[in-house]
Amino acid sequence: MQAKMVNLKINNISVSVPEGSTILEAARKAHIEIPTLCYLKDVSCVGSCRMCLVEATGARGLVAACVYPVSEGMEVRTNTEKCRQSRKMTLELILSKHKKKCLSCERNHNCELQKLSLGYSVDEDRFKGEDFVLPIDTSTPYVVRDNDKCINCMRCVAACQKQSVNAIGPIGRGFHVHIGSAFDMPLSESVCVGCGQCIVACPVGALSENSTIEEVWKALSDPSKQVVFFTAPSVRATLGEAFDMPVGTNVEGKMVAAIRRLGPEHVFNMDVTADLTIMEEASELINRIKTGKPMPMFTSCCPAWIKFVEQRHPEMIPHLSSCKSPQQMFGALLKSYWCEKNGIDPKNLYVVSVIPCTAKKYECTREEMQDDVDAAITTRELARMIKTAGIKFTELPDEEFDNPFATATGGGTIFGATGGVMEAALRTAAHMLDGSFEVLDFFAVRGTNPIKEATYLVAGNTIRVAVASGLANAETIIRQIESGEKKYDFIEIMACPGGCVNGGGQPTLSDSVRNNVELKESRAKALYTSDTKNELRRSSDSPVMDVIYNDYLGFPNSHKAHEILHTHYHADKRI
Amino acid sequence: MEKCEACGTPHQAELLKAVIEQSKSTPGCLMHILQEAQGIYGFLPMSVQKTIAEGLGISLSEVYGVVTFYSQFSLKPKGKHRISVCLGTACYVKGSDKILSEIEKELGIACGECTKDGLFSIDSCRCVGACGLAPVMMIGDEVYGKLTPESVKDILEKYRREEHV
Repeated sequence: MQAKMVNLKINNISVSVPEGSTILEAARKAHIEIPTLCYLKDVSCVGSCRMCLVEATGARGLVAACVYPVSEGMEVRTNTEKCRQSRKMTLELILSKHKKKCLSCERNHNCELQKLSLGYSVDEDRFKGEDFVLPIDTSTPYVVRDNDKCINCMRCVAACQKQSVNAIGPIGRGFHVHIGSAFDMPLSESVCVGCGQCIVACPVGALSENSTIEEVWKALSDPSKQVVFFTAPSVRATLGEAFDMPVGTNVEGKMVAAIRRLGPEHVFNMDVTADLTIMEEASELINRIKTGKPMPMFTSCCPAWIKFVEQRHPEMIPHLSSCKSPQQMFGALLKSYWCEKNGIDPKNLYVVSVIPCTAKKYECTREEMQDDVDAAITTRELARMIKTAGIKFTELPDEEFDNPFATATGGGTIFGATGGVMEAALRTAAHMLDGSFEVLDFFAVRGTNPIKEATYLVAGNTIRVAVASGLANAETIIRQIESGEKKYDFIEIMACPGGCVNGGGQPTLSDSVRNNVELKESRAKALYTSDTKNELRRSSDSPVMDVIYNDYLGFPNSHKAHEILHTHYHADKRI
Repeated sequence: MEKCEACGTPHQAELLKAVIEQSKSTPGCLMHILQEAQGIYGFLPMSVQKTIAEGLGISLSEVYGVVTFYSQFSLKPKGKHRISVCLGTACYVKGSDKILSEIEKELGIACGECTKDGLFSIDSCRCVGACGLAPVMMIGDEVYGKLTPESVKDILEKYRREEHV
């Protein structure tokens, strides 16, 4: 049924929107930008910051455009003197207790508060707030929280709630409200899983990754170290955004060229170990089906998901694939196979992974595999390094990854989007079960729907699959499995909504962009386009897999493969 | 951060469990459960908040956020005798702030805290409805009016003496 349309005027421009729309949504349709701070599309809409106040007929005083519904014949004015004065005052009040260390702030030039302050010509020192200094939380290897920069917009809290993790919330009341974990405990002791969705939701510099850039620079200038970089599939789909390129631009060639100019010995492609993960995981799935081991099997590439299971659902640990993530597989393979082959002492090899993710910073410190990867840096950190090095990214030529870890299949590339791991696994698993199975496109598991389901019949086996992105949806799937409502054989979970393309380590785009584009879809499209163009689409067809297995590992799930590429998990129940 | 283990008696745990079971299906039951829990334990330590979070299937952070928002909830234990000094308008103009400072000085603790021996705790409140007797304080259910810094000392001494009988 078509929704009833409502006609209104915004700044004298006529616009017609479905009933129930907000003034903000209507303004967007009329190409009018209303400033916001606490509002973030798909994440937070509470009307608390008062930045989006507008004049509307029929309303007493100014109303918050992000939550106020439109009505027939309404006339809205978004840019009157009254609106501007109100917004200016709001900003000056926020700034009265904001740590204005803008020069060294990671979000300098990319800060919503800064942009608005400039636009409304505020006096940042008009009001002097009570001075109190809150401690900076650096307890985790992934997130740093500096509450003196926090403006209490609650976007991080909304993002955490949306993930159903609820590690953080407002503490206290009135002027002393601040965001933190229960009992102000360090984040490392909370239920936080490290997904980093809070960071990309933050409009200011209160949240950032725990940066390891300095260590990487140090390794790059250490003559005794051989430094190698590898980049995760989704980084090529987002890095361009940090250099003002359009969302969804695949910058693989420029990314490789830029990293090469930072000075490492080699730049490798993590899509290769995504293929390797598929070889191991598909074999594990088939083995589980044949030997009656605990089903369904969950994918294990996402470290935030793993932490979520260990902390909230330890009973599900036997259902997790034992495969390490592509990042950890790559580190382990470099420190074993690559070092042996090239006569390098693993102690002198410094492995840097570039990832779209903050949880991977934690993953590489897990004690089961802490020697695999030396530093994990986010897409944002890589962009910062490129800028610091004075590399003109957009003017770089396209270059290729270094052999022998250059060539990967499309299956490895789509790992960066929700459904990608499932599709890649299905391509290979189906072919392993039935050599004549040639289907390469599994459309049902693509797209950004929160939960996707499909059933496939391969060589007499019915394989029921489910794909979920966003931990709240993972929670739903677990509940449905535990209640017996749903039965699956294989489930892919990515902690971030939309998968790694929307990871917590990805560039933080300005609200004016984020509120108007479909970020997850546009970024994922770059990966699926690359997959379609690739002559190799099934991981088991990769010539690099042949080399790795023939040279070193033997066959998938071999004893040696288990030793190097698989891991284990431990319960760590938290409330 | 106060340690959460070994807090409370098995009887208290039983009572709390019963309250949670009774109310958990009612939407918005958290406030009620917290009030009941504070009635049972006298305050809301981490172990109690954890039990409530677990019982309701919500996160500790959510529970803690509510506890710290409302001044009626306390994270610290209360004394056997709870002193509540009225800082409402009438009492305040009659100098109840000085009464409060005198009590703090006399007991060596700040408002919101509890003495080491567990005998007294101090809080402030807003109007107990006895403005004619301003400045006023309550100790337990007893109301004391027309207070002076000197009379406060005698009143506290009375409670101390009772303890030694």
